[in-house]
Amino acid sequence: MRSKWNLGSIGLKTATIFGFLFIHIPILIIIMYAFSTDEKTFQFPLPGFTTKWFGVAWERNDIWEAIILSSQVALISTFIAILLGTLASLAVYRSQFFGKEIISFLVILPIALPGIVTGISLRSAMSLFGIPFSTWTIVIAHATFCIVTVYNNVLARLRRSSHSMVEASMDLGANPWQTFRFVILPNIATALLAGGMLSFALSFDEVIVTTFTAGQQSTVPIWMLTEFIRPRQRPVTNVVAVFVILVTTIPILVAYYLTKEDDGRKK
Amino acid sequence: MTNVIDRFVTFLFYRKSLALFLLLSPLLIWLGVVYLGSLFTLLIQSFFSVDSFSGVIKREFTLESYYDLFRQSTNWDIIIRTTTMAFTVTVVSAIIAFPIAYYMAMNAGPKLKPILYLGVMLPLWSSYLVKVYSWKLIMAKEGILTWCLDQLGLLHLLDVVLSIPVIGGSSLSFSYIGMFLVFVYIWLPYMILPIQASLERIPKTLLEASSDLGGGPAQTFRKVILPLAFPGVVAGSIFTFSLTLGDYIIPTIIGNSSYFIGMAVYTHQGTAGNIPLAAAFSVVPIVIMMVYLTIAKRLGAFDAL
Repeated sequence: MRSKWNLGSIGLKTATIFGFLFIHIPILIIIMYAFSTDEKTFQFPLPGFTTKWFGVAWERNDIWEAIILSSQVALISTFIAILLGTLASLAVYRSQFFGKEIISFLVILPIALPGIVTGISLRSAMSLFGIPFSTWTIVIAHATFCIVTVYNNVLARLRRSSHSMVEASMDLGANPWQTFRFVILPNIATALLAGGMLSFALSFDEVIVTTFTAGQQSTVPIWMLTEFIRPRQRPVTNVVAVFVILVTTIPILVAYYLTKEDDGRKK
Repeated sequence: MTNVIDRFVTFLFYRKSLALFLLLSPLLIWLGVVYLGSLFTLLIQSFFSVDSFSGVIKREFTLESYYDLFRQSTNWDIIIRTTTMAFTVTVVSAIIAFPIAYYMAMNAGPKLKPILYLGVMLPLWSSYLVKVYSWKLIMAKEGILTWCLDQLGLLHLLDVVLSIPVIGGSSLSFSYIGMFLVFVYIWLPYMILPIQASLERIPKTLLEASSDLGGGPAQTFRKVILPLAFPGVVAGSIFTFSLTLGDYIIPTIIGNSSYFIGMAVYTHQGTAGNIPLAAAFSVVPIVIMMVYLTIAKRLGAFDAL
């Protein structure tokens, strides 16, 4: 059976290898440039290597302010997303009600529609009701599109975990709260953590919706965007880029390993 | 305290609809009020107009913004430019993604498969802005791509490509070709994963049946695999199309500063302060996406999501 497909398989392998190189090399290049001694251009080959830009970045207050704001926003949005997403997934799991499909659709909508639509909608609503831009307006926007990651992760886990455990717990005399606390919660804990991590990464990296809902404050992506358009110290931007790669990649790897064991077959 | 929670949860446990109501209402209030409310406000505002003398928004129903939007040929150019880019990016992404997805689903062994999956997923989730920026470095005149082509003695080829009217430019990072490359790069994983998922779902017995019935590999591919994987391609195309349609960061950073829908929306609401026109403009991608999604639904893409 397999041998029949081998003819195309060499071509397939080549295409896959090139595809993966195409996807991954640019990220490696960014990391490399963070160590360049070149200050003004994107010259290649690099004239030399240095770690001094990490030190320079460390000293910059504007970068710290952006990191602190981004972390605050991501943490609060993730908290809201966990709260709303978990409650809703508990409701949707195992109960039938009118409009159940609408919930899943509604949760996906903020990331399915182009970011510019979400951004301009929130902005126009905020300006119509005279809400001043602050950390909270960014949080409101981010929580809205973060809910989906928690909701989907927790719902998927609930669907896969067997309901007999819940029944056993009730049969053994546990009350509903104890059952939730000692059976359901431990069961969904890693899915919650995974959803939360993805939500954090999503918020930490969001730029389009943020440009519409932030006032004068800069999150890390906004800071970067400003630097792209009006560069001050290019190598410092590269250092921040490496930092952002780490902050967004690590939670995703963790989330992947947290959700891996229970679904060998990814949807 | 625990006692109170105990009683409360038990109380709710026997009142299913009340429990359902309490579990769902936070989400429904949030998404209903904050999100749908905002979308609705946007739609309303698109029917307002801006007083051309005072710059104040007049809150009366009018189609003026839509009239303004469609009257100017530059706006049509923006819409056509954005849609063409979204369409081209989608088609090329599908062509590049298909063999990769095919290899992942059909050829890769159980050890390699999770590695490949992670290899596609990681760039999909990792920083969008950093990825765009990395291409700025790569395509810069003095950058790595020029150097590579120079080493290969192909530099004149780049000049030929860049001298093509309309899509060419002074350098790759100031041309449509460069912008197109970055779009394909950024959205490619969004195309690979749904195609891979739809290929995974094809029962292997079908392939065997086809070959038992005398179908050669090419025939099996064309008559069995491709039709069954097509919903996955359409599902992926929803992402690549919608994301290109709404993006304004890539056209801002890369390209020759000609406007895309996203940039137009941003400028109209920001510098120009014309929220009604910006709102009307952003209704355009919503309408295009609704048409697109209707077609996609007919093609069975939602079952592949």
